[in-house]
Amino acid sequence: MSAVAEYTRKDFSSDQEVRWCPGCGDYSILAQVQRVMPEICADMNLKKENIVFVSGIGCSSRFPYYMNNYGFHTIHGRAPTIATGLKVTRPELQVWVITGDGDGLSIGGNHLIHCLRRNIDVKILLFNNRIYGLTKGQYSPTSEFGKKTKSSPLGTVERPMNPISVAIASEATFIARAIATEGAQMRDVLMRAARHKGTAFIEVFQNCNVFNDGAFDSFADKKNQLEFTVSLQHGKPVIFGKDGQKAIAIRSGHGSIEPQVVNVADVDPSEILIHDEASPNPALPYLLAQLETPEFPVPLGVFRAISRPVYGDMLDEQVKSAQQNQGKGDLKKHLRAGETWKV
Amino acid sequence: MPNTTGSGAKSTDTAAVTQGKGFIEIENVIIRFAGDSGDGIQVTGAMFSDNSAMIGHDISTLPDFPAEIRAPAGTLAGVSSFQLNFSSFDIHSPGDQPDVLVAMNPAALKVHLKELKPGGTLILNHDSFDKADLKKAGYVNDPREDGSLSGYSVFDLPITSVCVAAVEPIGLPKRQAELTKNMFTLGLVCWMYDRPLDLVNRRIEKIFTGKKALLADANKIALQAGYNFADTLEVFTARYSVNKIKLPPGEYRRITGNEATALGFLVAAELSGRPLLYASYPITPASDILHELSKLRHFGIKTAQAEDEISAIGMAIGAAYGGCLGLTGTSGPGVALKAEAVGLAVMAELPVVIIDVQRGGPSTGLPTKTEQADLLQVIYGRNGECPVIVVAPATPGECFDMAIEAFRLAIKYMTPVFYLSDGYLANGSEPWLIPDLDKIPRFDVTFPNGDNGFIPPYSRDEQTNARPWIIPGTAGLEHQIGGLEKENISGKISYDAQNHDLMTRLRVNKVAGAVKSIPDLQVHGEEKGDLLVLGWGGTYGSIRHAVENATEKGYSVSCAQLRYLNPLPANTEKVLRSFKQVLVPELNLGQLSMILRAKFLIDIKGLNKVEGQPFKTSEIESRIYQLLDQPQSRVAGV
Repeated sequence: MSAVAEYTRKDFSSDQEVRWCPGCGDYSILAQVQRVMPEICADMNLKKENIVFVSGIGCSSRFPYYMNNYGFHTIHGRAPTIATGLKVTRPELQVWVITGDGDGLSIGGNHLIHCLRRNIDVKILLFNNRIYGLTKGQYSPTSEFGKKTKSSPLGTVERPMNPISVAIASEATFIARAIATEGAQMRDVLMRAARHKGTAFIEVFQNCNVFNDGAFDSFADKKNQLEFTVSLQHGKPVIFGKDGQKAIAIRSGHGSIEPQVVNVADVDPSEILIHDEASPNPALPYLLAQLETPEFPVPLGVFRAISRPVYGDMLDEQVKSAQQNQGKGDLKKHLRAGETWKV
Repeated sequence: MPNTTGSGAKSTDTAAVTQGKGFIEIENVIIRFAGDSGDGIQVTGAMFSDNSAMIGHDISTLPDFPAEIRAPAGTLAGVSSFQLNFSSFDIHSPGDQPDVLVAMNPAALKVHLKELKPGGTLILNHDSFDKADLKKAGYVNDPREDGSLSGYSVFDLPITSVCVAAVEPIGLPKRQAELTKNMFTLGLVCWMYDRPLDLVNRRIEKIFTGKKALLADANKIALQAGYNFADTLEVFTARYSVNKIKLPPGEYRRITGNEATALGFLVAAELSGRPLLYASYPITPASDILHELSKLRHFGIKTAQAEDEISAIGMAIGAAYGGCLGLTGTSGPGVALKAEAVGLAVMAELPVVIIDVQRGGPSTGLPTKTEQADLLQVIYGRNGECPVIVVAPATPGECFDMAIEAFRLAIKYMTPVFYLSDGYLANGSEPWLIPDLDKIPRFDVTFPNGDNGFIPPYSRDEQTNARPWIIPGTAGLEHQIGGLEKENISGKISYDAQNHDLMTRLRVNKVAGAVKSIPDLQVHGEEKGDLLVLGWGGTYGSIRHAVENATEKGYSVSCAQLRYLNPLPANTEKVLRSFKQVLVPELNLGQLSMILRAKFLIDIKGLNKVEGQPFKTSEIESRIYQLLDQPQSRVAGV
């Protein structure tokens, strides 16, 4: 039910000078968000003054300054909490959280998981560049094992965490992943996130060309995408490769479930995994989240989109039903609750 | 048979006056109930307090309980107590030494006997003084037999067994019947102090309803049995009657500090016309505020139990950013965690209120005990020059007024406000004159709109220096704010050195300028004199009582209580300089003293303790005499 667009991309560009490093992946994310916003507003009958961007700290978190909406650049890791307070008291606003791998998964990990499990109706964009950029190049919680950085000259001794796995474990109701430079894919997941009722979590692979250049080239580079990524489509077989000749099949038995890359020509179509983003069972999206290059293609698109009651709606419902059952609060009566006496 | 006439329930300063209708009339009684933390001591104390307040006494209470929910039964660690001072005159504190101590087991006796007034009345539960209980309490000899109780009027009564005998016939198992012994004790005490039982009975019926009706019966039987036991057994040779106090006319209820805090913030939402979000992480002794406000959905109050302290203040800031009343509450350890976010609210200039119900620190410290050692933390405990307004109620009832005051100032000056309560105020109670809501000034909020063009987010009100509260959803006024330094007026990011200096001073001056909106410091007593006793927050009662005692003895001493700690009232220095000496009693090692010395270059005398307990009147009095009886070496005024 798309209405006529009231806004253009320009309406969402602020007059603040963009200060990311030239060549940073953040530019393309900004461009896609600014480009899709008129469409979101038209589709959802939204005014731009009712859209708020809340961010934490880090390169990604400068984002709100560049959008010509209401924006709040808060403190390290805490954006989900501020977004929660805002959304819960102002349900008519559309609230976006902009965070990064350090902001969202390290210092703010606790808030991220609780925001997801509560199903607060906010849209979270996690810019994952697998490095600390603003502090000039230390490893992040998503940096690969053994990575050599300024703070790990001999290589890290920490396993990275997978943002999609964290989101699934946190009971997120909408989970997606996109490559920053892939415009159509970005706009598609952004649009779907905007429409989703509840927390929408999007991991965006974003290249830091200064401190971690080429981190995603093995699959995100144009020439590698076909062979090393797979676009998840709800209800469709999980196929990839040139002409769609490869697929993911699930091999199970003897207590194990293993994904396997197969040639479509070699197997019965029934053996090919069909993606079901709406399944109440998180096992398959979790399994997909584990797929990594070079053995497997990296899945992109929507991993999970399920419908669950939204925190703010339920809170509003409690207010409504309390007022129905107890009557609207009467202050004068309430001050006299319990035993009173007259002098 | 112990002789109790004229000794047991008499306060030191007020002698028995007349005898009529078989009662000895006295002016006030301090009674302390003590027992195992599972003995229902707090319930007994609270019910007797309600009862006292409702029949027209002034009351002040001091509950004291262990940090453990159920420490091992019978041990010293598990002792819980509740002290009540009820009086026919205006009292301000729960009192020092109790006239009556009810000790439900040897551990309770061991912990509290040293506090009992010489010659005071001691009621013991005979049934819990067996060898094992004595040993758990660390008694080698039975204190009832070795002469250590000889200075008191001792009533060693078989409370448990008589109570069980009375309750068991209605079909309650023995263990459950035993649990009603607190009501039996309450019955005993009601008899001693000439109390009707109907008020207590009504409360019991309210607590045990529906399927618990049998328990209501059991408790009522136990209560009556205790009353009858005292009446028939001739152990108590005297009964005491305390006259009603002459309070200002009006409707009253008993209120604790935490209850008054919750009510105050509820009313603040009404007076401002804005919805309230209370976000909090459970922490002693602030959790009751979360419980109270969570019951108020029908008032439109939203509460959120956050995943941690930082999230709680983050949610409050988010609510404030959206134009609602953002409130969070915690105790000292939580304030430490929230510090960075308070800085954000200072920088973003948003009206957030942070409740700090102080407890013993540092670190986990003494969670259930009171202290005033967070003053410097809330005023200064953040990075950068980070000014906030700080208010502190002085009595449980005043928590209501200062809660409203906190939001009034936060909104007027667009700044975070700390509201400093403490464990003693939070759990202590007093009779409270229910206010006339129509007489409390409203502070309705209006938000700027974009009708007259763009308003820069860091432009300022000429009177208050506050920035406009422009909220998301306002067309044409879209802007971005955050924790980075702002350019003056435009609010855009600025790393300019001169601008940072300017903005820092603007924020500091704005908060300092709030002095125009706060009342002058009031002196109780003469406006000039030899000594001013200056307190802040919950020390009010003990200070005032001590100063009144000293004044009666002819000393030139007055007192004043600061309810605004930052900024200080405009006349603070003038008041201090009107006295030759200034004494500041604080439940810390001299935090307000330090601030006053630094600000005014006045030599402040301190009285400091951190024992987890409020000041005793006598402690303050002794310090007053010490300062005024010795030749003066230094003079405070010029």
